[in-house]
Amino acid sequence: MMIGINDILAILPELIVAGSVCVLLLVDFLIGKENKALMGYLSLAVIFAAAIATWSMTRSGSLPVDAFNGMISVDKIAVFFKVIFFIATALTIMLSLSYIKDKNINLGEYYALLLFSLTGMMITASSSDLLSIYLGIELMSLPIYALVGFRVRDGRANEGAMKYVILGAFSSAVMLFGISFIYGLTGTTEISGIAEALRSADAQPAALGIAIVMLVAGFGFKIAGVPFHMWAPDAYEAAPTPITAFMSVAAKTAAFVVFVRVFVDGFAPIVEQWQLILTVLAILSMLVGNTVAIAQTNIKRMLAYSSIGHGGYALLGIIAATPEGTSSVMFYLLVYAFMNLGIFGVIVMMNRDKSGGELITDYTGLAKKNGALALVMLIFLFSLAGIPPTAGFMGKFYVFMALINEGMVWLAVVAVIFSAVAAYFYIRVIMLMYMKEPEREFSYARPLSVLIVITISLIAVILLGVLPDRIIELAEKAVGIL
Amino acid sequence: MVPLSWFIGLAVVLFMIGAAGVLTRKNIIIMLMSVELMLNSVNINLVAFGHYHGDLRGQIFAIFTITLAAAEVAVALGILISLVKQRRIFNSDELDSMKG
Repeated sequence: MMIGINDILAILPELIVAGSVCVLLLVDFLIGKENKALMGYLSLAVIFAAAIATWSMTRSGSLPVDAFNGMISVDKIAVFFKVIFFIATALTIMLSLSYIKDKNINLGEYYALLLFSLTGMMITASSSDLLSIYLGIELMSLPIYALVGFRVRDGRANEGAMKYVILGAFSSAVMLFGISFIYGLTGTTEISGIAEALRSADAQPAALGIAIVMLVAGFGFKIAGVPFHMWAPDAYEAAPTPITAFMSVAAKTAAFVVFVRVFVDGFAPIVEQWQLILTVLAILSMLVGNTVAIAQTNIKRMLAYSSIGHGGYALLGIIAATPEGTSSVMFYLLVYAFMNLGIFGVIVMMNRDKSGGELITDYTGLAKKNGALALVMLIFLFSLAGIPPTAGFMGKFYVFMALINEGMVWLAVVAVIFSAVAAYFYIRVIMLMYMKEPEREFSYARPLSVLIVITISLIAVILLGVLPDRIIELAEKAVGIL
Repeated sequence: MVPLSWFIGLAVVLFMIGAAGVLTRKNIIIMLMSVELMLNSVNINLVAFGHYHGDLRGQIFAIFTITLAAAEVAVALGILISLVKQRRIFNSDELDSMKG
């Protein structure tokens, strides 16, 4: 077997990012300590180049492209997810430019690690084989382990990173054990081959059930689904704030690609077997995520639990196991990326405070001092709570519709009840901002890059809430409904 | 000829020992060693299944697993070193500064 030019072209965006990072690491030596922001701008340029390469692939009209003997398959779903990754990584870099300077961790490696992680996500998105999925997921996770512990002088950061890396390694071992049994039972690791083998087998051996549970545990860890969520609050609190945003948005989205590929596509013939397991995972995630968030005093921990809950909602679209469900998950994750990056942008602005804007009480009376910032935060919180006319509402709406069309009305009702519970802790922050008198003077960091991120997110959250049709149409075209 | 079930039995036992090690031991280095045990049990599985099916996919997968296990441990040890430098922590039950 030879690697041809077509194989190279299929992974050109990944190659651009991976190749440029290696060059960037060398360039880093030439840049002085004060000018590390240049690394950030160069990284943005790399992402832009990769986005152009991805875009030109959709132009040529040749999708889906299969390459590397079925290891890689670039289809429209992959492109849609890659766009989410580009947006999330670019906005994270813009949030980081001033933040890492403030926190005295202004190192070029920070951006390099982010781009390595982006490469892993892109590979995951265009994988069509368990081997390449596993490699992509690990390439995504390893740089994030390092990024979580990036504030090496802070004991909390090391502790959070240590917990994350041990549990992460444990969960990927469990996932691999599941993969090895899938390979043993079906004789292949290719997603389409697995579906084929499962369809033609007349009886499913018991080992298959065990393998599926192990895969759910491994991938469930990556989306921080309950009961595999223990690492999330600690890692989110420990990480630099932009990285918290990155983990909760991009890494979670990448894990959902795996659910789409492996479960919705690969395990399509045995849908009853995994539907129940994922339903339990989704309900537990919504329950624990939305109720434990109420008790938090640190806003990053609160958003960690909120992110666990949102993972539960997005899982509902996977459970529907239809093309419509997949498209609703894709739309939901895009919406979630904007609203979560937006709210973390506000938190980054507050980081000049003593407690770094990390305590919920830091926001007491914000509306009296800075009405605009409080209003922006209010819109993001409304969106996270799923209140119309924000994008968060539309995202939930389409996921629930996909469930109801599959006849799983009870599950949609349960999810709606949990989102009512969730509204409580989002609105509590709004109450603190608007109903209380400020106890102190606020000091903000207001660099242009963070303001741009907040503006972009705000426009997206409102536009996707009022006019979601075009993006929904794109998602539905990607899964082949239209 | 050793039957397939022996390999799988060995892999399952090794995996259990590794999992028990991660869950019960306190020393972080021992926990990382236990994760290695789990990953090696996966390799036994992959190679045995590959031999059984008569294709090379299992062996290729095992090589990638070995590589990634090394990378994972490198990152974990790096974090452990900075943890030890900062707070003299070697045991997982001392990682308790964050709660909730």
